[in-house]
Amino acid sequence: GIKVRKDKTQLTVNVKKFVKTLETISDDEVQEILEEKNYVAVLGICAQDSMGNGSGVGGGEVYSFQTPKRSSKMAELAFELARTPGQSVALDCTECPEKTVKSPQSSIGIFFRDGTVQTCPLCKRNEFVSTTPYRLRRRLAAPDTHLESESEYSASCSEEEEEEEQKEASAVVSGRKTPAKTKAAATPPPKKTLSRKMKEDKMSNLVEEYFEAHSSSKVLTSDRTLQKLQKRRLNQETLRDLLKKAPLAFAAEIKELNQQHESLFSKWMLQLHLGFNIVLYGLGSKRDLLEKFRTSVLQDSVHLVVNGYFPSITVRSILNSITEEVLDHTGTFRSPLDQLEFIIKRFKEDASLELYVLIHNLDSQMLRGERSQQILAQLSSLPSIYFIASVDHINAPLMWDQAKQSLYNWLWYETTTFSPYVEETSYENSLLVQQSGSLALSSLTHVLRSLTPNARGIFRLLAQYQLENKENPSYPGLSFQDFYQQCREAFLVNSDLTLRAQLTEFRDHKLIRTKRGADGVEYLLIPVDDSTLTDFLEKEDEDI
Amino acid sequence: GCFVFKPSPKRRRVSPKTADYFREGNNDSEDSGLRFATCQSLWKQIKSETEQIQEELNKQLFDNLVSFLRRSHSEFQEKTTEWTCRMKSREIPTAALVLGVNVTDHDLTFKSLSEVLQNNITPYVALLQAKDCPGIKNLMQKLMGQLMNCYIDVDSSDEEDYIQVSQNRIRCSMASLISWYENITKKTDSETPSKKRTSSRHLRSPPVVVVFKDMESFTTKVLQDFIVISSQHIRELPLVLIFGIATSPMIIHSLLPHSVSSLLCIELFQSLSCKEHLSTIIDKLLLTTQFPFKLSEKVLQVLINIFLYHDFSVQNFIKGFQLCIVEHFYSQPLSVLCCQLVEAKKRVNSLSHSQCENVRRLPSFRRYVENQVSEKQIALLTADNFLKEVIQKLLEDLHVYHENYVPVLRCLHVFTSSLPKYPLGKQIRELHCACLENRVWETEEYESSLQLARMLNKSDLVTVLEKCVEIFVSSSGKEFDKAVEKLKEFLAEFQKLEAGACQERDESVSSQKELQKKTDLYHLQKTLLELKESRRSKKLTKFEMLRFEVVDFIDNLVRNYLTPSDHKTLHEIMYFNTASALREHLNAAPRIALHTALNNPYCYLKNQALKSDGGSISNKAPDICIAYKLHLECGRLINLVDWLEAFSTVVMAVEGPNADAAASDQVDDIIHARFIRAVSELELLGFVKPSKQKTDHVARLTWGGC
Repeated sequence: GIKVRKDKTQLTVNVKKFVKTLETISDDEVQEILEEKNYVAVLGICAQDSMGNGSGVGGGEVYSFQTPKRSSKMAELAFELARTPGQSVALDCTECPEKTVKSPQSSIGIFFRDGTVQTCPLCKRNEFVSTTPYRLRRRLAAPDTHLESESEYSASCSEEEEEEEQKEASAVVSGRKTPAKTKAAATPPPKKTLSRKMKEDKMSNLVEEYFEAHSSSKVLTSDRTLQKLQKRRLNQETLRDLLKKAPLAFAAEIKELNQQHESLFSKWMLQLHLGFNIVLYGLGSKRDLLEKFRTSVLQDSVHLVVNGYFPSITVRSILNSITEEVLDHTGTFRSPLDQLEFIIKRFKEDASLELYVLIHNLDSQMLRGERSQQILAQLSSLPSIYFIASVDHINAPLMWDQAKQSLYNWLWYETTTFSPYVEETSYENSLLVQQSGSLALSSLTHVLRSLTPNARGIFRLLAQYQLENKENPSYPGLSFQDFYQQCREAFLVNSDLTLRAQLTEFRDHKLIRTKRGADGVEYLLIPVDDSTLTDFLEKEDEDI
Repeated sequence: GCFVFKPSPKRRRVSPKTADYFREGNNDSEDSGLRFATCQSLWKQIKSETEQIQEELNKQLFDNLVSFLRRSHSEFQEKTTEWTCRMKSREIPTAALVLGVNVTDHDLTFKSLSEVLQNNITPYVALLQAKDCPGIKNLMQKLMGQLMNCYIDVDSSDEEDYIQVSQNRIRCSMASLISWYENITKKTDSETPSKKRTSSRHLRSPPVVVVFKDMESFTTKVLQDFIVISSQHIRELPLVLIFGIATSPMIIHSLLPHSVSSLLCIELFQSLSCKEHLSTIIDKLLLTTQFPFKLSEKVLQVLINIFLYHDFSVQNFIKGFQLCIVEHFYSQPLSVLCCQLVEAKKRVNSLSHSQCENVRRLPSFRRYVENQVSEKQIALLTADNFLKEVIQKLLEDLHVYHENYVPVLRCLHVFTSSLPKYPLGKQIRELHCACLENRVWETEEYESSLQLARMLNKSDLVTVLEKCVEIFVSSSGKEFDKAVEKLKEFLAEFQKLEAGACQERDESVSSQKELQKKTDLYHLQKTLLELKESRRSKKLTKFEMLRFEVVDFIDNLVRNYLTPSDHKTLHEIMYFNTASALREHLNAAPRIALHTALNNPYCYLKNQALKSDGGSISNKAPDICIAYKLHLECGRLINLVDWLEAFSTVVMAVEGPNADAAASDQVDDIIHARFIRAVSELELLGFVKPSKQKTDHVARLTWGGC
């Protein structure tokens, strides 16, 4: 009963939205454009010049919410794009019903949500199922026929699966209730009220959509995984090789873009010297551009290049390289703030000191923290330190509050290059790239080689225990007491103090992690994935 | 990830100067050196001017604060022995300084405040920021560090090593602070003869001032603890707190419980509002003939909008102004003439031929030439010398225009700001923008404000006129003698009217009396009707006539002097008008740029294959665009396999069906690789992130469709 009711509401919502999109889409657009224009006028946008094409677009276009979530649209769009090679396709909601009619063989498994509501009420259950359209899958069927058979879908949680089954059953029996409901809901409300309430509607619609997208914890997507694709996972190297083979599209145009940006170099230098700092944004890797800037303009001056995308970069390392290499200072500092103070003092004392700091990806994971940004901002506010940085993340400007922004004193430059982010993404642990784990393995062996045999034995014990328990998903780790017992039995330690000392050493090398369980017991874990650990043990066995 | 590059010492010497970069960007013009010098000197002038303005504006506030501080510990100064009376009050004198939301400007205020305090009251000023003080311990550390350092500054050298040691080792407690204070006051007391310099300016036992720069961001616990602790010791240590408050003074009471806030004796100080500050800045920088550089309407609008909609920061406004100056001098070769009139005239004479050509290319100059007789046209376009003479004359015209523009604008502002509802804006900057934008007298708002002005009452009108006279008299324009005379005439006539009005009133009173005499209803009605009739058809009174005249006079002035600047010949030399550049650099929208690049790559890559009509995308677009477009069609989670398939469908279609079976595996791998790259690029850009909810899924981080 409850489920049926839920379905009902969902359905009506969808139908309402569909009707709305059909009938008011043009009105909406007009309204939106109008509002956008107002906003633009308020902000004083005017002429577009050759470079800043992007700035001509108002906020409304970027953040519009007019299209509701359409889970099956991806495949559809792909198909559209593929069907008409060479020419572009405008995807419209209004086209959908026609398409459905055109392809009757897919009437059950059809994925056009909007269409199905009208043509075939039975297919309601597919509304949220995302998969490739039948025809499309046919096209691709040759290499992976096994996929064809596997056409059931499930949600991310098991409860949904039951529901799915139930729905299926009810769908086969045919919806005794649903058709009527669909009909009732499908009759569009009088247009007059619609247009009158349009403004309200728009607002509430926006809110509704947000909650629709975020309310339920379950999202229905197809269950297919990459493993079943029978395609080996690429590792980083083969990926790189393959990409080298692929030609870079639009090389000539990209080059032209870059040349436009390069003509700004001397202007950047001028503005840097006048107390501004430069930040570059826009799609495409700006690494090469900055590198070019460095080699062509900064050859004769002291400069620091910071690869922000490097996974282990910290503010501390930036400060260290300034104090140690630029200022030739030997000695350590208690905190980064002390170090910063020292740098500020030195630069204020010696007017002849100048430093250019180039930061690739100022918005990277490691540097985007509040404290790092604060320190960098303070550094950049020094008159003889010149910052030129690039940002890529869509939310990058959120890093800076008013205070930091005024410390940085940015001048923004749009440098869209369209060049691939080769270096920037090479460190990223992408889902699709196989983790070789070679780095972790070698570090493991290196550290352990320097330890006593007893210590190695201790580690082996832990590793073996962890591998024995790898099937257990809720394995909390080995508790300290058990571990101590085992170590004693193996004659590896004679008191729990020695074991603790040994564990501290492991912890310092980040070989193990401890966490406290709910019962207050300390559990020990090796934070390395199982395959690497197996490799490691095999190698150890060989050595012995 | 960090790499330092040092040039070899030999090459280090030839590091180019700023001016060289200025020149490099302008390889076309020979005047760049001069231009850069002009630019720099202008900026320097403007900077010092703004600093001076700030100082003047803060003077009042600082004076108040200083007198408060002097007062606050007067008992302590006198070393009164009436401890009994002081026992009762453990209150710490506190100044709550309401500074407004423009946080970025506060630093400057505090800097000058601490300077003022150190010069006038006490050497012991500590400035604390919330981010340095996460706990009471850090706070004490910071406080003592600052106080003891300043002690070194006063006393100079010899005891430095002692301090160095002590600072590290000293236990940061109130007790050590007090002993430190006792020490130095004793010392200065004994050393007063030799150290007259400091003690003469400062009080005998100067208070210790602790400034909390951003009171709102301090943790309540820290603040409470500090206040409670120091109130215990207020008798030994004359402490004064200054709270910098960005929101409202109510915050003190919401941050501190009553038991704590009762330990404070709070006095409120209000700093100047940032809007007033801005008006003064605009007044002194733009509405003056002192600086030759001007902003066009659009540019000014952008700067004001950034101020009003983004930060309320006067500092940022000034920075924007600086950027305008730099951009103007950098991009406009003729800006070499953008200096004081006398100097400009000299420079005109030394203009090169190419610069003359630049002048001829100016749109406003072209318009000017078209309006001349043909012989003169030829002369202007061919003879450089003649051209230079004309330029000098035109520059002079422009100067005169500015001289007249400002006082008339002020007059008009005096008029419009006394009108109800302010049809032309409350602030003079709004009026200024309206006048720069187009002919102000053609606008509706102007029309309605004239209508309203025709209804002003006499006393208002008189005060307005008096103000106008003042403005004209104080202005430097030479053409206003007549205007002043005329205005004075008006005023005199108003005076005369006053005498006349008395008589008139007498008449009306007599008629009233007549009215009272009639007791007959019929007659009464008749007279009332007559009265009404006469009132309706009555000619305008003298006052009304005069009022019309005045308004017409003002209208005339406006039409004569407030022509928009871009109607003036050679305005390009003085006015900076590329608002788009300014907006792009100061108020950029990186997300929109990304959006455009992803949705419509043709905007950047001018390739015909990418050309497409609104909302859609060509399937030949770069990989990342296709992947982006596809992911827009998904919900919160995206199945990577589906995505990959959709992607390869699109890409394969472009490659064409001719790819034979043998090569297809190879091709497949490449497409796979391209897909991986596109996805990880989208991840870098923050559109998706890996999700653990389901295997091989990524989560979308944006919502809403295309």
